[in-house]
Amino acid sequence: MIRLPLEMKTKKYWKETAEAYLYLLPAFVILGMFSFYPVVKSIYMSFFDWSLLREAQYFIGLENYERILNDSVFRTAITNTLRYVIGYVPISISLGLIVAVLLNSKIRFRGPLRVAYFLPWVTSSVAISMVWRWIYNQHYGLLNMMLSGLANVVNTIVEFVTFGHFAEVWQFANPNWLMEPKWTIINIVIISVWQSMGYNMIIFLAGLQNIPHELYEAAQVDGASPWQSFWKITLPLISPTTFFISIISIIGAFKLFTEIYVLYTGRPGPVNSGMTIVYYVYRNAFERYRMGYASAAAYILFAIIFIFTLIQMRASKSRVHYGS
Amino acid sequence: MLAEHQMWQYRLRKTLTRGLLYGVLIAGAALMMLPFIWMITSSIKAPDEMTLRTLQWLPKVPQWQNYKIAWEAAPFDIYFKNSFLIAITVMFIEVIFSSLAAYAFAKFRFFGKNVLFLLFLGTMMIPGEVMLIPNYITMVNFGWVDTYYALIVPWTISVFSIFLLRQFFLSIPHELFEAAVLDGCGKFEYLIKVMLPLSKPALVTVMLFKFIGSWNSFLWVLIMTNTPAMRTIPVGLTYFVSDVGSYYNYLMAASTFAMAPILILFLLLQKQFIQGIARTGLKG
Repeated sequence: MIRLPLEMKTKKYWKETAEAYLYLLPAFVILGMFSFYPVVKSIYMSFFDWSLLREAQYFIGLENYERILNDSVFRTAITNTLRYVIGYVPISISLGLIVAVLLNSKIRFRGPLRVAYFLPWVTSSVAISMVWRWIYNQHYGLLNMMLSGLANVVNTIVEFVTFGHFAEVWQFANPNWLMEPKWTIINIVIISVWQSMGYNMIIFLAGLQNIPHELYEAAQVDGASPWQSFWKITLPLISPTTFFISIISIIGAFKLFTEIYVLYTGRPGPVNSGMTIVYYVYRNAFERYRMGYASAAAYILFAIIFIFTLIQMRASKSRVHYGS
Repeated sequence: MLAEHQMWQYRLRKTLTRGLLYGVLIAGAALMMLPFIWMITSSIKAPDEMTLRTLQWLPKVPQWQNYKIAWEAAPFDIYFKNSFLIAITVMFIEVIFSSLAAYAFAKFRFFGKNVLFLLFLGTMMIPGEVMLIPNYITMVNFGWVDTYYALIVPWTISVFSIFLLRQFFLSIPHELFEAAVLDGCGKFEYLIKVMLPLSKPALVTVMLFKFIGSWNSFLWVLIMTNTPAMRTIPVGLTYFVSDVGSYYNYLMAASTFAMAPILILFLLLQKQFIQGIARTGLKG
């Protein structure tokens, strides 16, 4: 290696710096205008009574935050969003892992099966929510028809087995999925799990393929059952993947909006049962033009996501196994 | 004798577990496909077949004209043209811009490199909803509301793509770079002639993700467009619902052709898709 005089080295360094910034220029301009600037601008706006409908805007300090935190609709939005996160994330991750483990064994039709599980992920949430709207239809939808069919079969079997002592054990009530508030979040959880499970499965499959096969063979020689191998080998060694997927899923889940908007044709469900944080932001910004207020709500969303991610990072430190 | 008996037991157990495995996997896959099947069969049903109280999968006579009726009930030709135009433009500009930025981060030594890289990555932590409102106001000020600019320009860069490409560029041996520079190859020339051709899988991943993301994007298009002339498929579809109301056979026909391009793209490029996702998971 030739030692360059310090002066030449710095000259070269600064030349390279200039060149590098030229390559970064497009990224800088776009990110600067549409990411860095708006992040700062929306903090600023959140301290204002900022309406799109007038010229002058008024500084009001923390009043927006105060009003949002005291708004019962916002509290509903937080509760609904949390219910969705708690319902959707664990189900979607565990189903993804189960299917991945099953598909990871030596079986035929692995390719087509993988495609079948993954297909929902590529479809547009709008088009697919439309399909689910039809599935959830009370009278002519697929769900109620299949459930009432299933109820008949179960009832017949139970009646037969108990010599008619128990008739009609399952009284099918034909629920009106889209009109009863108690189903709203569950409806969305079902759609989301169906749509995203395949994505988790693909990432888990990639992770599973990194686990050395000898480990399972050694365990088998030592007399471990497949069930034990799963808990003692697969689960610990797959934990970095699980961690990655859970962070991605939780962040995504907090931003629930499109499915609600489409499933309930531009309304946040019956009696606000589908009001989520992002829906709250959308409503205040683009239906009521209260931009400052909505910015504050968006920042509260950011804070919540940030806290959740931090908690997860903390919790994962002791539990995620990164190997050597 | 005992050994033979044990062998037989072992085989039986193995066959049973296999059977169970296939049973569960195939039943699950069928359940996953059900909404698609229901969508397609509903889309070719006659109106009276849509209001049956009992489950009937197939129509007596397939009503293919439902597709024509749905297509003509709204300006879907415009929506499709817009969706394609925007997705393809965004995809190409983005892959160019991201490659340039990723190349700088991977192969240059420059002032502020680490700080900048962290700053870029930091934007991935912030939910897009935080930026939505100021960006909307920017668009109003630029006079870009209801134009292609609003639907294209903000999406021409993605930190995620920069990150993915940088990781890939770093995996290409540095000796290659040094050798090329010694041979008098310029840095830009190296990017075009060596780096990009070697990075095809990563480039395909980035482009696929961008195309799908753009095709399926909803909220931004919803707030940025006022007229049918600018709407894309997903937004057009939501307006179509308010027009046709509960004629679900037409709605299902429209949903089918709205999904078709992405489904076809996926079935053609399955392998790249699945490898791409696996890659994002491992490197993320």
